[in-house]
Amino acid sequence: MSDQVQIKDVQDIVIRFSGDSGDGMQLSGTLFSSLSAILGNQIATFPDFPAEIRAPQGTLSGVSGYQMQVGKSVYNSGGKSDVLIAMNPAALKVNAKHLKPNSVIIIDTDSFAKRDLEKADFKTEAPFVELSLTTQQIVAVPISTLTKESLSDFDLDMKSKIRCKNMFALGLVCWLFNRPIDVVNEMLSNKFSKKPILAQANLTVLANGYNYGQNRDMTVTSYRIESLNMEKGFYMDVNGNTATAYGLIAAAEKSGLQLFLGSYPITPATDILHELVKRKDLGVKVIQAEDEIAGVCTAIGASFAGDLAVTTTSGPGLALKGEAIGLAVMAELPLVVVDVQRGGPSTGLPTKTEQTDLRQALYGRNGESPIVVIAASSPTNCFDSAYWASKLALEHITPVILLTDSYIANGASAWKIPNLKNYPQIIPHTIDQYSGSDWNVATRDESTFARYWAAAGTEGYTHRIGGLERDYKTGAISTDPDNHQKMVDTRKEKIARIANFIPEQTVLGEESADTLIIGWGGTYGHLREAVELMNRGSKKVAFTHFTFISPLPKNTGDILRKYKKIIVAEQNNGQFAGYLSEQFSNLPIVKYNVVNGQPFTVSELTDFFTKEIEG
Amino acid sequence: METVLKKVSHEIKDYKSDQYVRWCPGCGDHAVLSCLHKAMVALQLEPHQVAVISGIGCSSRLPYYMNTYGFHTIHGRGAAVATGVKVAKPELSVWLATGDGDSLAIGGNHFIHAVRRNVDINILLLNNKIYGLTKGQYSPTCDRGFVSKSSPYGTVEDPFRPIELALGARGTFFARCIDVDIKNTSVIFADAEKHKGTSVVEILQNCVIFNDDIHKEIVDKAYRDDRTILLKQGEKMVFGTNMDKGIVRDGFSLKMVTIGQDGYTLEDVLVHDATTVDNTLHLKLGLMDPKDGFPLAIGVIRNVDSLCYDQEVEQQIEDVQSKTPIRSLNDLLMQGEIWEVK
Repeated sequence: MSDQVQIKDVQDIVIRFSGDSGDGMQLSGTLFSSLSAILGNQIATFPDFPAEIRAPQGTLSGVSGYQMQVGKSVYNSGGKSDVLIAMNPAALKVNAKHLKPNSVIIIDTDSFAKRDLEKADFKTEAPFVELSLTTQQIVAVPISTLTKESLSDFDLDMKSKIRCKNMFALGLVCWLFNRPIDVVNEMLSNKFSKKPILAQANLTVLANGYNYGQNRDMTVTSYRIESLNMEKGFYMDVNGNTATAYGLIAAAEKSGLQLFLGSYPITPATDILHELVKRKDLGVKVIQAEDEIAGVCTAIGASFAGDLAVTTTSGPGLALKGEAIGLAVMAELPLVVVDVQRGGPSTGLPTKTEQTDLRQALYGRNGESPIVVIAASSPTNCFDSAYWASKLALEHITPVILLTDSYIANGASAWKIPNLKNYPQIIPHTIDQYSGSDWNVATRDESTFARYWAAAGTEGYTHRIGGLERDYKTGAISTDPDNHQKMVDTRKEKIARIANFIPEQTVLGEESADTLIIGWGGTYGHLREAVELMNRGSKKVAFTHFTFISPLPKNTGDILRKYKKIIVAEQNNGQFAGYLSEQFSNLPIVKYNVVNGQPFTVSELTDFFTKEIEG
Repeated sequence: METVLKKVSHEIKDYKSDQYVRWCPGCGDHAVLSCLHKAMVALQLEPHQVAVISGIGCSSRLPYYMNTYGFHTIHGRGAAVATGVKVAKPELSVWLATGDGDSLAIGGNHFIHAVRRNVDINILLLNNKIYGLTKGQYSPTCDRGFVSKSSPYGTVEDPFRPIELALGARGTFFARCIDVDIKNTSVIFADAEKHKGTSVVEILQNCVIFNDDIHKEIVDKAYRDDRTILLKQGEKMVFGTNMDKGIVRDGFSLKMVTIGQDGYTLEDVLVHDATTVDNTLHLKLGLMDPKDGFPLAIGVIRNVDSLCYDQEVEQQIEDVQSKTPIRSLNDLLMQGEIWEVK
């Protein structure tokens, strides 16, 4: 290697692959993140794609990106990039704001002609000057031409050849990061196992990209990323949606129940449906329903018949399911509702991330309609959260809403394949748990208020349920005022008492600090990194992150009362802050709210926290 | 799946719940409930193997009066809930009690999709051409010009005709009956249960309070025999007080004739076949209207065997499972793209 090449040892690095939505950037990104994970790095990824399937080529709206953070202590997909791969001017322009000084930009010079620049609304033919990218190191490579040349001997049409250019880019990145490409070779061979010629073409281009970097003596920073010693075991890459699907399957396996999904396709939740519908091998029953309402209603029917019943959706779908979830509250049936939050209101920003459905999850039904709400904190935590959502639904005979979001649903991390033996048991609260002989539809455990669930088809337990209020003792329809009050109180208390069955809240960071940072759900990674950065400096903070939202963990009040200042950071206008204030009076809360459809950035968080502590 | 039969014989009381029946005196729903009890006795269904689902409306109170599993759900969504029950437990006999508002207005989408999928459920569509529980608004089956509380000057819209919707959604079973015609109605209910796939039974039901006698012109005993025809599989389409009227084909249309007049003989009269895959004739029979001089068709108009959704879901799982060694989540994950940290 040339001595001009400067090798930089780094802890964490942020890389963004960006191009047209048809440029294969998601594949390059996925391969590189998997490769890094296999080499012992922690990874967190974030695909950022346009809502349109194929927006006009070369335009700003058609840019598709795949960002990842790779390194030793990675909690999120990172803020500004150290390395940007920009396959066209539009990709450069869209990402210019998110580049660190002195970062590396790899461009395909073949797509930086005048016409390409115009499509991306550049006014001049000097894009870097126009974007004030003065400190960046530009690696300008005729990627398209070199890709075509690499494949001159291949019996492929020109379109197929050009499509391999993402592998040239990947090869360059592998060189930049001193990554052996043989692992990628294996992954590519598997991916294209049914089309050997394509596999061969991709491998050739990948190798040429790598060698190009190696041989050109480029004056550019090359990186060596520190890896960490991971716990022994088998690992795989998993994104949040797949982890959610696996968590549900695990819960079905552990509880001994059939898993049933009723769902209607909606971005960004559809991948859960895609995964579960493949799982006929594990006996999962799936109905792709005619609409969102039928999705939840078929699930409610399956729950009545004794299945672990699930419906998956995003914000607009949750709105449609509201009435039926209320039915599950009233009829007291177990049900898991997964809401992968996206930008709203209405159709909003379907592919972007937000935490704006919290209040909808908590209150979006008619009547006093308490429910369990859980929020997953990371891609891999989607597994545990889906497991817990199922456990609480089945053991307390109640609907549970699991909130994830577009960021963690599509983001991936390396995940240690879990041993289900280490997971808590799930014992559905069925008639098998009842020792008395006078069961009726209203019979409940007097300590948890969970009803004893009798699956339709069980001999000796025929019963009628429904959405009408019913008598506390007999379960028959009742309009008695005192009884209604008692039932309202019972339903509320049933959810409140679940606090006795969930883990206590823990505090991270500098527990003795005066300021407590609070987050919930998918912002965990960014908040955790921001908190660690703060605590390496002089402005110390404590941090607590909520997964269990309704009910809150028992010790929540004790924690909150310890701090002089509480900063609640969330991607909405203060929904969780408001919820906490409602439960605990006079909290010294400061709100940090960003609703721009993007994940938090760590630097914005630390700036705000620092200002608040100083102020 | 075969309906489970048990040797111990069940009587009407085994299907009746202990709840006081709260429909208005004289409501057609009482008769429908009675027919359902009778059908279940005829079929000797195990009460615990029966699930009666409903939406919202007067007719949707029916599950409370059955000593079976019952679920009174929300407005219009009964078909979706019933679909979930049946797919989860195909061995159950699943019934949907619903009305013209519940299934053809707010629940129209679920109704047509249940029929299209051919889930093996029995839909009892009680058509009284009115919203009863909300006290008298017009429904999607009311004729144009119908005056009601929500159409004081008459409606300016045409109604759905349930058979058109059901057959338009590729329905495999459609029958029509009259609430007070206990003998035939209970037999038709049993036929609906025996059919594998979605069975739609339209019941001409009288709302004694808000739409009394809406079907009188057809069902009144004084002229019922002349204004209805009971279609029976494999039998000639004859009807009338003297059984001297018949339905014959006239080009692409149907024609009502009197046997022995205008040169028509019994030979010319059509024989009913509910089992033809082509539904053209079924639709024509189902749309016969006494206003046009035809009798209204009663009985099982269409009854065709086809693949059932719930069975196909099970079959697909069996097929996939027979070809894979994967038995658990761990098996699945370990055969994916994994790596080991040692």
